[in-house]
Amino acid sequence: MSETVTGAGHGEYQTAKLGMWLFLLTEITLFGGLFIGYAYMWSRYPREFHAASQELNTVLGVTNTMVLLTSSLTMALAIASLQRGLVRRAMGLVSVTMLFGLVFLVNKGIEWGTKFRHGLWPSSPEMLKLPGGQQVFFGLYFTMTGLHGVHVLVGVGLLAVMLVLLARGRIRPERALLLENSGLYWHLVDVVWIFLLPLFYFAA
Amino acid sequence: MDAIEKHEGPTYGTFIAVWGVLIFLTAMLVVVSRMGHGPAVFALLTIAPLKAGLVVYYFMHLKYEGLLLKTILVVALATLIIFFALLFADVSFR
Repeated sequence: MSETVTGAGHGEYQTAKLGMWLFLLTEITLFGGLFIGYAYMWSRYPREFHAASQELNTVLGVTNTMVLLTSSLTMALAIASLQRGLVRRAMGLVSVTMLFGLVFLVNKGIEWGTKFRHGLWPSSPEMLKLPGGQQVFFGLYFTMTGLHGVHVLVGVGLLAVMLVLLARGRIRPERALLLENSGLYWHLVDVVWIFLLPLFYFAA
Repeated sequence: MDAIEKHEGPTYGTFIAVWGVLIFLTAMLVVVSRMGHGPAVFALLTIAPLKAGLVVYYFMHLKYEGLLLKTILVVALATLIIFFALLFADVSFR
């Protein structure tokens, strides 16, 4: 019966969901590799990593964590709303999720901007004066938070597309897969940050 | 005819409760990390995976998925952990 209504059988739904998870596994591998690189460098330069991490703004880091965690909540609530047939509420919650994503990026911009104002960017003259281990820390910091930030930006764009599809009725309560898969992507971005926070701001 | 595919899944309340726990755990992470370097590393290795696990299990709906998906994820994470272990097995003895 679900075939005639949704145009896709249950098997196709499961397959598409699995496909999204497999893509997420490639993302875990991507960031996982960088985490392994961090772990190795940290074991080589423990003192320099600690010194460099003192430069980071923990308040902004923790704030951004709260922002992303809450955005994951609104994302989950958006999908739950859609599944209950509440399309307008789902659109509102998707919009709030996007807003949180943008807040995250603004905070990240402030953080990076502060570094740049202190003369610290990859291969800057100030940077090159630092001990080698600290340069490695900052290299990893800009690379990993930068790559993560790009993922957040892509996520916001993805959610914008979802918003349009919801408005047009292309995503409906009985055809929620696109929104669900977008949610999976968004949550993964949150999970990566859950690890980035202690890695750079606290445990170094 | 019921056109809406019935999804077994959490209520709004469940999601909000999980979010509450996540915020609490983040606060715990900050508190424990301030206690020293050792505690900070401990928090990284325990509290962070716990938070991630909650997001994956509830927000990403893994609790309600089939065994295949759960197995695939466990295998992938185990592979990543093995990569870590192999790296440190190599690097620790240089």
